[in-house]
Amino acid sequence: MSAIPAPETLAWAGDATHRIPFTAYTDEAVYRRELERFFYRGHWCYVGLAAEVPNPGDFKRTVIGERSVILVRDAQGGLNVLENVCAHRGMRFCRERHGHRKNFVCPYHQWGYSLKGELQGVPFRRGLRQPDGTVHGGMPADFDTAEHGLNRLQVAVRGGVVFASFDPDVEPFEDYLGPEILGWYDRLFNGRELVLLGTNRQRIPGNWKLMQENIKDPYHPGLLHTWFVTFGLWRADNQSRLRMDARHRHAAMISTRGNAGKASEVSSVSSFKAGMQLNDASFLDIVPEPWWAGPNLPEGAPVPTAVMTTLFPSVILQQQVNSVSTRHIQPRGPGAFDFVWTHFGFADDDEAMTQRRLRQANLFGPAGFVSADDGEVIEFSQQAFDATPGGQALAELGGRDVGDTEHMLTETLIRGMYRYWREVMEAPE
Amino acid sequence: MSTPNVDFATWWAVQQLYADYAAAVDSGQWDLWPGFFTDDAVYRLQPRENHERGWPLATLAFTGQGMLKDRVYAIRETLFHDPYYQRHVVGAPVLRVVQGDALHCEANYAVFRTKLSEPSTVFNVGRYLDVIVPTAEGLKFARRECIYDTELIPNSIIYPI
Repeated sequence: MSAIPAPETLAWAGDATHRIPFTAYTDEAVYRRELERFFYRGHWCYVGLAAEVPNPGDFKRTVIGERSVILVRDAQGGLNVLENVCAHRGMRFCRERHGHRKNFVCPYHQWGYSLKGELQGVPFRRGLRQPDGTVHGGMPADFDTAEHGLNRLQVAVRGGVVFASFDPDVEPFEDYLGPEILGWYDRLFNGRELVLLGTNRQRIPGNWKLMQENIKDPYHPGLLHTWFVTFGLWRADNQSRLRMDARHRHAAMISTRGNAGKASEVSSVSSFKAGMQLNDASFLDIVPEPWWAGPNLPEGAPVPTAVMTTLFPSVILQQQVNSVSTRHIQPRGPGAFDFVWTHFGFADDDEAMTQRRLRQANLFGPAGFVSADDGEVIEFSQQAFDATPGGQALAELGGRDVGDTEHMLTETLIRGMYRYWREVMEAPE
Repeated sequence: MSTPNVDFATWWAVQQLYADYAAAVDSGQWDLWPGFFTDDAVYRLQPRENHERGWPLATLAFTGQGMLKDRVYAIRETLFHDPYYQRHVVGAPVLRVVQGDALHCEANYAVFRTKLSEPSTVFNVGRYLDVIVPTAEGLKFARRECIYDTELIPNSIIYPI
């Protein structure tokens, strides 16, 4: 594979990452290199929940980067992730988004594959015998079906969530997350059986990194989101911690609800609405759950009511009070991404808890009381990036360095992500 | 349960309810919206995939006047978004079932979105699954489910469908 030329347009200031060139969000060559280096090599990408394919033969089609893949449970119960590209003519043969199969057959020339991706049969492989005994056509004698299976990805399953990698040399999933982030991951996915509640899908006309940044930015929720600041779900005077892995690519924003409705220095922000009363308080019928404390809670620290985890590059893990979901980032060129929300609950939830999770889901997703405006602001940033290529985004809240903090008034997680981004993107081929 | 059949005056009132609803949610007068529903009505905006696979999650799921009013407040006061016009085109309703005095109807809809200085685009396409009941103030929705085909919401949905 030939090296993609390094774009000349990326004007970083030295080795710092507190000013991000707008072209990082718009340049086609940068984007192609991101796909290659983050989504297709060296990283684990989100694929789905094991609960989406409960039985042998169940499959789900999704994407890693822009490449189409199929998550399928084989006859032995194992989970496979196969690239949706026929080994013959490259056709994306699987068109359904989900279903049940004994095997996969590409309709074009009926090449058939097992649920593990092995090529099972090729029509007319040995040609067609004529009445005079001669044979017409067929594959060459040295054609070996074992060499022409579907591209089978590396698979990691932990706590009921499935990740995959195109890279045979990718590090183990647990090392990829690192001990700190793994602790927060295990807090949410601690081995309980997951129950699917449903999905929401939206296309956001902005660069995919802006969604990672949105959930690495604890500054905006208490300013942009009236519901968060007014009802105390997320605001600057909540007790909070920010944590990263050693390479600063993943992060957890950990916060404990407080001061709902109370005025303070924080409530001078214009989005705080002192007089705001819900007509129906059941939107915020919050019931603490025993697992919120998690395995990492330091002595005397308050139990977190929200932990938002960004796993670079492909997924966000949401726990905001009783609403839990995965948010899958699917890039679509430098200027857009599809954002797929999968809400779930746990097998031991009672009906009241299921209803509570569904009610609180009104806060999130493409029409949510809180999340709808995140998509909007991302779109409006991208509009300026496209029109003003010489510009830079600024991320200097809390300083210009990178490190964990015991508060949320910092953009350190964004600086950290770009430190890692530069490491990978600027490395020689 | 009986054969779907109602008198002309009732059917005329159903037609009028559909037309008035579309006119209201396209008018920008969001306060009108809860008035089309009974006190304990259910309003759901749900992707077709969830509906057909039996998944309970909806994009929006409200029960009762309080939640509808909270949405109106959010549209006006708390959700930051690009302003847009919306325009509903609603097909003729089909009466499926008459159950006591409740009418179970459905109708196709298409909603177009027009952002300022931009062309109009197809925004949300689907069908309404409705339960309509008589009240002292005329026919109202006891249940309105908007089951949409649109596979990807173009960024966000703010206003009622």
